[in-house]
Amino acid sequence: MADTPKPAETAKIDHYPSPFEKGWMNKQVEIKPGIYCYGSNPKNLEYVGMPYPKEWNPTEEDWKLPENWKEIIEEGFKDRLDKFRSLKLFMDICVRCGACADKCHFFIGSGDPKNMPVMRAELLRSVYRRNHTIGGKLLGPFAGARELTEDVLKEWWYYLYQCTECRRCSLFCPYGIDMAEITILGRELTNLLGLNIDWIAAPVANCYRTGNHLGIQPHAFKDMLEFFTDEIEDITGIRMEQDFNRKGAEILFITPSGDVFADPGTFTCMGYMMLFHYLKDQGLDITWSTYASEGGNFGYFTSHEMAKRLNAKMYAEAKRLGVKWILGGECGHMWRVLNQYMDTFNGPADFLEEPVSPITGTKFENAKTTKMTHIIEFTADLMKHNKLKLDPSRNDHLKVTFHDSCNPARGMGFLEEPRYVIKNVCNNFYEMPPETIREQTFCCGSGAGLNAGENLELRMRGGLPRANAVKYVHEKHGVNMLSCICAIDRAVLPNLMEYWVPEVDVTGVHEMVANALVFEGEKKRTTDLRGESLPGMEDEEDV
Amino acid sequence: MNFVLSILFSSFAVIVVVLIPWIGVGALDLRILFGIIIPYAAMVTFFVGIVVRVIDWSRSPVPFRIPTTAGQEWSFPWIKSNPIDNPKGTGGVVIRMIFEVLTFRSLFRNTRLEYRRIDGVPKIDYEWEKWLWVAALLFHYSFLVIFLRHFRFFTEPVPGFVTLLQNLDGFMQMGAAPFNGFGLPGVYLTDMLLMAALTWLLLRRILYSQIRYISLPADYFPLFLIIALGFSGMLMRYLFRVDVTKVKELAIGLFKFSPVSPEGIGVIFYIHLFILCVLIAYFPFSKLMHLAGIFLSPTRNLSNNSRFVRHVNPWSYPVKTHTYEEYEDEFRDKMIEAGLPVDKGAESTAETEEKE
Repeated sequence: MADTPKPAETAKIDHYPSPFEKGWMNKQVEIKPGIYCYGSNPKNLEYVGMPYPKEWNPTEEDWKLPENWKEIIEEGFKDRLDKFRSLKLFMDICVRCGACADKCHFFIGSGDPKNMPVMRAELLRSVYRRNHTIGGKLLGPFAGARELTEDVLKEWWYYLYQCTECRRCSLFCPYGIDMAEITILGRELTNLLGLNIDWIAAPVANCYRTGNHLGIQPHAFKDMLEFFTDEIEDITGIRMEQDFNRKGAEILFITPSGDVFADPGTFTCMGYMMLFHYLKDQGLDITWSTYASEGGNFGYFTSHEMAKRLNAKMYAEAKRLGVKWILGGECGHMWRVLNQYMDTFNGPADFLEEPVSPITGTKFENAKTTKMTHIIEFTADLMKHNKLKLDPSRNDHLKVTFHDSCNPARGMGFLEEPRYVIKNVCNNFYEMPPETIREQTFCCGSGAGLNAGENLELRMRGGLPRANAVKYVHEKHGVNMLSCICAIDRAVLPNLMEYWVPEVDVTGVHEMVANALVFEGEKKRTTDLRGESLPGMEDEEDV
Repeated sequence: MNFVLSILFSSFAVIVVVLIPWIGVGALDLRILFGIIIPYAAMVTFFVGIVVRVIDWSRSPVPFRIPTTAGQEWSFPWIKSNPIDNPKGTGGVVIRMIFEVLTFRSLFRNTRLEYRRIDGVPKIDYEWEKWLWVAALLFHYSFLVIFLRHFRFFTEPVPGFVTLLQNLDGFMQMGAAPFNGFGLPGVYLTDMLLMAALTWLLLRRILYSQIRYISLPADYFPLFLIIALGFSGMLMRYLFRVDVTKVKELAIGLFKFSPVSPEGIGVIFYIHLFILCVLIAYFPFSKLMHLAGIFLSPTRNLSNNSRFVRHVNPWSYPVKTHTYEEYEDEFRDKMIEAGLPVDKGAESTAETEEKE
C-alpha cells in the first residue's frame, strides 16, 4: 500500500495546467499508487458470472485483455448509446464551457486536469467521435477524436474510478450533463473486460451470496445485533430485543450493512434499534432480515444489471415475509437507487401497500409506488406529531453540523427532513457555508465504491473540499461533530476528519436521536451510546 | 494538440471560408452558386440535419428517471418543497425548462474556485463568478435580436416588431462617439454586445488555463466563424455599404422559392452570406446542437416522481438473482442453530438429503 503524504504535502495543489502543454490527447496515463484501487479478484467476478475474470494488476503493462477487447468495447458502447438517451446526448452537446471544471472535489483536491468533469467525459467522447460522428471520422484529432487503444482504455479506467458519481458537476452544467451517468456507463464498459476494482467486486459477490456487502452470514448478523442489544442494556438498563426474518410483520427494515459492522455506524444502528423498541408499545411491528441485509448497492457501481440483481432482494424478501411496506435506513447511494431506480428495476411492488406510519397514521404519499420510506422521514413525522419524548440536552456536548450526502441531495432532494430531525435532538446546530451543502454539497471523496484503503491519498484529496468546510465551522463555531445520513460517510469521514480536521468526530443522525430519546423506566443516562460520559451527569449519584 | 495549434487550425479554416466567396464571387462572379445554390443547400442541411439528429436522440429511450434534484423534494405538507428545482410534476418541469432555456439558470449558479494555502493549510473559497453567464446571455440574446432584425431584409412589408426592435436596438447608440459624425449610420447596441461577448468567450478560452486545456478546435472554429459573421456584417453596414434593395430582392426571392440573382451587390455581402451558410450547415454536426439537446436532457426535463409514479424501462429484461431459497439452502443449519426462522425445517433438509 502506498504511503499517504502528510496533509501539508497533499495541500500543495496546482489547479492551473501550464499553457504550452502538449495537449491532453498526447499524454499517456500514469497510474499512481495511492490513487488507483486494486484490480478485481477473479473469484469475485466468477461468483456473479461477470466476464473475463483474471488476476491482474493495473500498474503492470499487461492487463490480460481478451483478444477482441476493442470489438467488445465498441459493441458495448454502441449498445449503450442505443439504450440510453442520456449517453447519446451527453456525448453530443457539451460545449466545453468549463462551468463544471472547478466543481469536482477530485479536481479541487488533486489539480489533475483530467479530473475536471468535462475532461473525464472527453476521454470517452474522443473515442465516441472517432466511431460515431462524421467529423471525427474525417478529421480525427482536429475534431477532437482519437482511436481507442490500450492506453486510452487504461486512461478511462484510471479516471472512471476517480469519480464518485456525486453529480455536483451536473448541477452546474447548463445542459445538465451528468458525469455520474457517464461514469456509470463507462464503468459498465470496463466491466465487459473484467476490469472492475476489487473494492467493488468483493462487496458485490458478498452481497449476492450472503445478502450484504460485508459477507455477514445470518447467524453472525443476528449475533452482532444482539451484541448491540447488550450494549444498549448497559446504557439504558432496558433490553431491546429485535426480530429477524419474521413473517407477518407489518414493516421490513433494511439498512446498509456498514451500520452493523463498524463504528460509528454501529451507534446509528443502535439508534434504530432503540427507536423501534420505543415504538413497540405504540404499535410498531417491524422485522429485520438477514437475507435482505443490505441497503447499499455496490452493483450500482458495476452496472445497471448488477444493481438490479442485488436490489431484487428487497422486494423479494418483502414478498416472502408478507410485510406491508419497507423502511430504509440512513444511506446515500442506497437512496439514489431506491428513489430513481428500484421500481423501474424490480417493480411493480403491487403485493405491498402504500406506507402508513402505524404510530401517527401519516400516509407517505411520496413513496406510493416504491412502498419504501426513509427512516428520517419516518422519524421526522413522529417528531412532528410529538410521539417521541426527547431530551436534546443529552446532546449538549455536541456542536453539530450536517453533511448532505450527494445522492439524497442531488438524486432525491432530501434536504429538510434530516435537518428537522437534528434540530429536534440537538441544541447546537450550525450549517456549513451554502456553497458546500444542500444541492451544492461536496462528496465525502470516497463514494461510488472508492472507499478502499489503497487509494487513501485519493480519498483525502477528494474529501478536501468537505473537510475544508467542516474546518470553517469548527473554527467559527467550535463544531465538534459532523452528522450525516450515509453509511459510506460514516465509514470514511472519520478518516477524513482525522487527516484534515482532527478535532471533529462523525455521527449518524439516529445515534443522536437515540441519545435524546427518553424511555420510560430507563436508568439515568451517564454516557452516550459511545460509552462516553455525558458532561454534568457523570458525578451525580444514580437515582 | 495544444491550444496554439487548435487556434491556428480553426482560424485557418475560417480564413478559407472567407476566401471562397471572395474568389468565387469577386473573381469568378459565381453569383448563382453563392447567392442561391449554396444558401439553399445550407438551409436544407440545417433543417434536415437538426431533425435527423433529434430523431436519432429520441430513438434512444430514457430507461431511468434521473433528474438532478436541486432543491427540496415534495414530502410532508409541513415541509416547503421547491417545485421548480425539484419538480414533482410536469408543471414544475416546464417552469424549470423555461428558466434553463431562457435564463441559463444552471449556469447562473456558477462559482469560481479560490484555492489558497496559509501556512501550508489549505483554504478554499467559492467566489462570485457570473461573467460566463453574462457573456453567454448577452451573446445568445444579441444573436437573437440581430437575427430578428434581419427580417427586414426578407419580409415585405416589414413586420412591426422588427421595426420596433430595430429602433430600440439603434436608440442607445445614437450619439455615441466615435461613430457619430462620420456620416455613418446609427450603431446597433446588439452589434457591440455580440462582439464584446464573443471576445470574452474567446479570451477566456485562451487566458484561463483550465478552459484552455479543455478547448478543442471545435470550440474555436464556431467562435471564429461567428466573429467573422458579425465582423463582415458590421463592415457591410458601417464601411462597405451594399445595395440594400438588391439584397432584399435576393433574400425575398430565396424565401419565396423564386430565386433571383441581382447584379451589383458588393462581394462583402456574399462573404457574409457564405459564412452564415457554413455556420448553419455545420450546426447539426457540431456542439451547437446544444440548442436542441437542452430540451431532451434527462437530468433537467424529468420530474422527480419515481417514488410515487412508476417509470417503465422499455428494454428491461429479467436478470439472475440469488433467491431466498438458495440462500437458506446454504445457511440453513447455521440459521437454525442461531434460532432464526427458516422456511424449510431441518427435517425437510434431511429428507432432501436422503432422497439425493
